[in-house]
Amino acid sequence: MRLRARFTKLGKVRFVSHRDLARIWERAVRRADLPVAYSSGFSPRPRFHFGLALSVGHESWAEYLDVDLTEDLDEVTLAALSAQFSAVLPNGVDCTALAVVASSGGLSLQEAVTSSTWSIAMDGGSLLDAAASVEALLGASSVFVTRERKGKTVNDDIRPYVRNLLLEGDRADCEHGVVLRAEIGTQPRTLRPAELIGALGPMWRERRVVRLAQWIDHEDGRQEPLALPAGPIPWLRTDVCAT
Amino acid sequence: MSTVWPRLEPLLARVERPARYIGCEDGAQTPQHAPHKAAWLLIYPDTYEVGLPNQGLQILYEILNERDDALAERAYAPWTDLEVELRAHRVPLFSLENHLPAGDFDVLGFNLAAELTYTNLLNCVDLAGVPVRAEGRGEAHPLVIAGGHCTYNPEPLADFVDAFVIGDGEEVVSEINEVVVDWKRSGRTEGSREQVLRRLASVPGVYVPSMYRVTYDGPRLVAIEPRYRDVPARVEKRTIASLEDWPYPRQQLVPLTEVVHDRLNVEVFRGCTRGCRFCQAGMITRPVRERSAEQVRTMVAAGLRRSGYDEVALTSLSTADFSGIEAVVGSIMDLGDNISVALPSLRVDAFTVGIAAQLQKARRAGLTFAPEAGTWRMRQVINKLIREEDLYAAVDGAFSSGWRRVKLYFLTGLPTETDEDTLGITELARNCVAIGQRHQKGTSVTVSVGGFVPKPFTPFQWFGQNTVSELERKINLLRSDARRSRGVQLRWHDPKATLIEGLMARGDRRVGAVIEEVWRSGGTFQEWTEHFRLDRWVDALANAGLSADWYVHRHRTEDEALPWDHLSAGLHKDFLWQDWRDALEAVGLADCRWTPCYDCGACTGYGIEHVVASAVPPAGGSQGTGQDLSSGHVVPVSLISRRPASAAEVGAGNA
Ligand code: B12
Ligand code: SF4
Repeated sequence: MRLRARFTKLGKVRFVSHRDLARIWERAVRRADLPVAYSSGFSPRPRFHFGLALSVGHESWAEYLDVDLTEDLDEVTLAALSAQFSAVLPNGVDCTALAVVASSGGLSLQEAVTSSTWSIAMDGGSLLDAAASVEALLGASSVFVTRERKGKTVNDDIRPYVRNLLLEGDRADCEHGVVLRAEIGTQPRTLRPAELIGALGPMWRERRVVRLAQWIDHEDGRQEPLALPAGPIPWLRTDVCAT
Repeated sequence: MSTVWPRLEPLLARVERPARYIGCEDGAQTPQHAPHKAAWLLIYPDTYEVGLPNQGLQILYEILNERDDALAERAYAPWTDLEVELRAHRVPLFSLENHLPAGDFDVLGFNLAAELTYTNLLNCVDLAGVPVRAEGRGEAHPLVIAGGHCTYNPEPLADFVDAFVIGDGEEVVSEINEVVVDWKRSGRTEGSREQVLRRLASVPGVYVPSMYRVTYDGPRLVAIEPRYRDVPARVEKRTIASLEDWPYPRQQLVPLTEVVHDRLNVEVFRGCTRGCRFCQAGMITRPVRERSAEQVRTMVAAGLRRSGYDEVALTSLSTADFSGIEAVVGSIMDLGDNISVALPSLRVDAFTVGIAAQLQKARRAGLTFAPEAGTWRMRQVINKLIREEDLYAAVDGAFSSGWRRVKLYFLTGLPTETDEDTLGITELARNCVAIGQRHQKGTSVTVSVGGFVPKPFTPFQWFGQNTVSELERKINLLRSDARRSRGVQLRWHDPKATLIEGLMARGDRRVGAVIEEVWRSGGTFQEWTEHFRLDRWVDALANAGLSADWYVHRHRTEDEALPWDHLSAGLHKDFLWQDWRDALEAVGLADCRWTPCYDCGACTGYGIEHVVASAVPPAGGSQGTGQDLSSGHVVPVSLISRRPASAAEVGAGNA
């Protein structure tokens, strides 16, 4: 049986690396006493499948993890599991949704996800400056940036990855500078928010980056790998939201 | 007090491994500050990865936070990249729990486990915005207190630290807290700092260096004496009589980012009386105080359940000596399929095939043994009475149980060491590789060689340390020999760093000027090869008019005043001197936990005794008797009731 968990990475824990987060989950799963499947070999590891990596320092409302289990869980256990995970995960990492997914045949999370929505707060100019930068980028038919890939510098056209770019206005109340909402394609490879900011112009500096959602495209629209529940999530630790 | 987090946060985006600075660990507390609580900032003066696993500070953290009149937060030395940012943006050193400025705490409490971290202590104090020299501090500044093994010679840091704690901290930390709380409640009025230090000086186990006068005669130290009549002439170490009474840490910190020894640690006993003459840790932590097997099992089971770790280390100075170790390891393995047990300090003669088989269920990658010296003669000198057969049996047990890699630790530069002794190291390693090849192909033995540094309160405290060039010569001997030996990999410590460790270990108060100058010239993280530079130390020594030869390489005499003579680890100086003479004659000394007491002073002086569950050593090997005991047999030592030996019994017949 394969379990899919949706979780947050908000506040101070955003400085934890992807690798460290995997270890945190390993311990959480052990503490929840789940019948996890282990890889075979000299040093067996739990069979985890993470979605797209999140850069150190970036936050998220929509991270995903698939865990393979050796036994099926009953409904009652499943229903309690999200809250149970949150209790053993660090502040800022909360499990917001959980479901059983098909364990084989389907695409892995990394292959299936086609885009992410980001909230990107930047410094470096006024709202008008930002509007100009956004317009220039959206108006261009191609935007080449140099980036590192497997140790080589390559020149990539990133324009096709930018699906949507929206200016949220100067949210002076949050002191978060200019805030963009961006939908960025993730196939065949992803465009990092930092690279998008670079493409907007040299004056822009990243201030706060939050992944709001990940999407899987279908013929008739798009869908999240696992949607948030409709009602409030009682075990969500609100103190992290302030950061 | 207000948090520095908003100012720190943007800086973290620019540094390596920012998760070191966020706290948020499982087990971390978020204490509430209040006027009636003394606020302690416990600091390990090295990186987070190195400092977090230290159990000493974790124990004190819990003891203090359990008190109504105290609270504790933690800090570690910021790495050089963050230090640059902190200084550029005028952000002080901060605590990890509430991200509060270090200077706002009442106490900065350091753990000193390694001499090469001394410059980091100065740096942390400075980053806290506190004057580095104790004499420059006033009522507005926190008290700077340090504990840990290095405080057995605190003199090199005497000008920078207000008070040192000698020995176990579990009890004394509360006694210090009472003094600090009174100071805080009284409003820290003008002139009160001096009074508080004076009061601290009368707390048993606390040494306040400013209350002592040092006299010299040329390069020679004459005496260190109290300035006032209510200040003790000799500060005795603190020792908790029972480890069982202190089942700490109850909530071991589980870091979010990987640290050294990232696993559950359960201290199974404190103290060690094997009597290895080079080992300061063994000498100063006597007697042996075991936890009951039952408590160990409970702490392991609860700790694993709570933390989610799948590995537990049973820590002590020689874990194979724990009474009933095989049964304990076995019962831990039964807790779960993927649980592994690490025994960090293994004596080869107590390592049995039984333990090997138990441990290998968890398929650990490597196993470490510490024969320490290459020949039997040399091991008699250092009183590490392990026969070659013991080592070979242990290695055979390891390889036959499926281990592929074995690591061996050795010291070089030991008293009376000849080239034959040095080359005995590679010889032993070669033989171990050959044993391994009987079981599997491609076995390798890693040999790690450290230069020997004589430490205070050991029989070798009078020995002149080998020079850098002598150590380099010995390492080169080993390197060329290892090159000819297939399967033997050699690693060694930099002899230049060994020299400076020696300077810190046995230096006196005048060495403080050297530490300060090296720190001022940017010499932090001296434990880290990429940051260690000998030239800084050489220059600073020259500027201070001091000689490394005098402090490090010279043999000391029996009548010489030592910089730590006004402190006591319980050990009688004449016991240590006799043991030194015995060493030179290659005469061994038995373990007093299983044989009659020879009155070293560690128990007899304090009215305490060993707490051990088994009256006989673990079966197997020679168990330090040097006798040929076939594996599995009990060592024929007779046990008499614990009592101090009379002077006549002690005599010179220590062997
Ligand atoms: C865990 C451990 C590590 C960990 C964590 C770091 C650390 N030092 O704790 C790691 C793996 C990182 C490590 C590294 C090293 N270690 Co180490 N380590 C240990 C070990 C196994 C346990 C330490 C511990 O937690 N002790 C238990 C607690 C309870 O004791 P404690 O820390 O001394 O604290 C008590 C008191 O001292 C006092 N106290 C301490 N601080 C304070 C502060 C205040 C304010 C107060 C009031 C009281 C107080 O109260 C505590 C409770 O009683 C010991 C061996 C041992 N069993 O002791 C070796 C040991 C401390 N390490 C040692 C060495 C040599 C090293 C290294 C130099 C090895 C190397 N060559 O790289 C490095 C140095 C790291 C560094 N830069 O500090 C030696 C020290 C030798 C010496 N100076 O005489 C020891 C003794 C091992 C040995 N037998 O040789 N080590
Ligand atoms: S006082 Fe006696 S029993 Fe205690 S450590 Fe010393 S020699 Fe051993």
